[in-house]
Amino acid sequence: MVTTDAPTAPAKKRKTGNRLRRSHEIRRSILPTTLLWVLAVLMAFPLLWFLLSSFKPGGELFSYPLSFLPREWTLSGYEDAFERVEFMRYLTNTFVVASVATILTVFLCASTGYALAKYKNPWLSVLGLCVLSMTMLPGEVILNPLFIVVRDLGMYNSLLGVIMPSILTPTGVFMFRQFFLTVPDELIDAARIDGASEYGIFLRIMVPLARPIMLTLAIVSFQWRWNDYILPLIILGDPDQYTLQIALRSLVGAQNINWSVLLSASVLSMIPLVALYLVFQKYVTSSNINAGLKD
Amino acid sequence: MSPRTLSPTSSARSAEEVGRRVRRRRFGRYRLAPFIFTLGTAVLFGLFFLWPGVLGLSYSLTDYRGWGEPEFVGLSNYTDLFGDSEFYQSLGRTFVYAAFAVPVGYCLALAMAVALTTQRARGKTPARIIFFVPWLVSPIVAGVIWRWMFGESFGFVNYIIRLLGGDAVPWASNADLSLFVAVLASAWGGAAFNMLLFIAAISNVPRSYYEAAELDGAGSWQRFRYITLPSIAPTSVLVILLSSLGAMKEFAMIQALNGGGPGTQNRLIVQYIYETGFERSLVGYASAASMVLLVILMVIAIVQLRISKRKNAW
Repeated sequence: MVTTDAPTAPAKKRKTGNRLRRSHEIRRSILPTTLLWVLAVLMAFPLLWFLLSSFKPGGELFSYPLSFLPREWTLSGYEDAFERVEFMRYLTNTFVVASVATILTVFLCASTGYALAKYKNPWLSVLGLCVLSMTMLPGEVILNPLFIVVRDLGMYNSLLGVIMPSILTPTGVFMFRQFFLTVPDELIDAARIDGASEYGIFLRIMVPLARPIMLTLAIVSFQWRWNDYILPLIILGDPDQYTLQIALRSLVGAQNINWSVLLSASVLSMIPLVALYLVFQKYVTSSNINAGLKD
Repeated sequence: MSPRTLSPTSSARSAEEVGRRVRRRRFGRYRLAPFIFTLGTAVLFGLFFLWPGVLGLSYSLTDYRGWGEPEFVGLSNYTDLFGDSEFYQSLGRTFVYAAFAVPVGYCLALAMAVALTTQRARGKTPARIIFFVPWLVSPIVAGVIWRWMFGESFGFVNYIIRLLGGDAVPWASNADLSLFVAVLASAWGGAAFNMLLFIAAISNVPRSYYEAAELDGAGSWQRFRYITLPSIAPTSVLVILLSSLGAMKEFAMIQALNGGGPGTQNRLIVQYIYETGFERSLVGYASAASMVLLVILMVIAIVQLRISKRKNAW
């Protein structure tokens, strides 16, 4: 930058100009950097305080003066979470629900989005409108009837009853439809001329092409299902079938909250998602996410 | 919404024109494959969406209590509902909650997005990761986290207030303060998603605008006020409407934060529907309340569709 605007200036002068500019740059970056990090501290603090509290022994949680770092580090809360609460069972249930629902969601949304983008007939037009109408009618307004339908299908109190209603998400269908619209039709026509069947085209050409979208939807969907509260709440009545969120809610809804167990159980419930996020970070924060991604 | 999201549809439109000739031929030939591709979706839509939707509408006209034969009672559920002070209280509280949660969440998300897109800020990558972590936290855990921060006799906030010489603030036993904590928690939990939308919009504003403004001597506030804000107006509308939908449906986070308390003073509308339908087992009555919520949500969604003019999506 400096060399282009003053190519003939003496070397010494150029150097001081450079230094001046740099100190100017630093001064001008102070304000935005401060704003950024004040916000980051504000966002991180509640979580950090929560995390550090979970390592404090029960007595220290409520004894003034509070200290930011535990005076005595302990894992007793975590041990209690595994012993007193059937944490492993809830974890397994949640994992089954989230992963099965996610796999089915990704494949169903991919094939539906593909059909909506690349074929045209009356059946698909009606179906497209139906999927669009789902964005306006959220699950919260059909709680009671949904419960009755699931009960009548014999899926009350089973993990299947939590998985099945949550598979179809309009967001996922839209994501794939938008993606497949950008894939040229010539690709399909060429494959047809080579004798590929419609299913072969989808499975062997389209699915590999859509891999980034599939991964994004898979992560987002796993997060939704992991954190779901209202559907498991109405479908699962038996504590053996509880998912983590329901179990946490019953801990926090108790007359006397056992904070030590609650803190560590909450922290444990977040670990799988945080790990997933750290590995696949770029797929979540990339531009693939757009308006519809709120379910 | 933003040029980036428009580009695939506009290129698709030109592809559509080319494909129209082909499609006329395709119409009759490929009927089975698209049917099979969408069969699962159609079945799930019918079972878990259409059927409950129709059931809900018809239950709202009956006195169904979850067992036995529902008896048709006409519109009496609705007339009862409009005279039910508990219903009004929940609905009113939900509107108050939305009226505060939406602007607070909007400002927080926008501030985060602006801070992350400023060229001169240092350490954007770690900050981005920090900003995004609350998105992973479930509404239940978010409620627990903020309940822990704002505990009356043991919370961090009251501890600081006392250190500074103040009196402990009744965050849990005062309804308005309790709602205030809920607003903070929802802004904290929802900011990451809206931030992504804002970042996409801000990075689509041409850099030359800022450079020209800088040459003319505009300060950073002026550049934000007169360039950034007008340029991202469509995204702002979208964020406000999506957050309003989310705020109207708030349930899980408040359940963990204060359980709708103290008493029932912070019981929002979804919690009212849940308690009426499941705990008091007044299925017909709860369905009528659901229909009222549905109308409100639909109005918001239709406004969103109208304003963002995304008709080209279908």
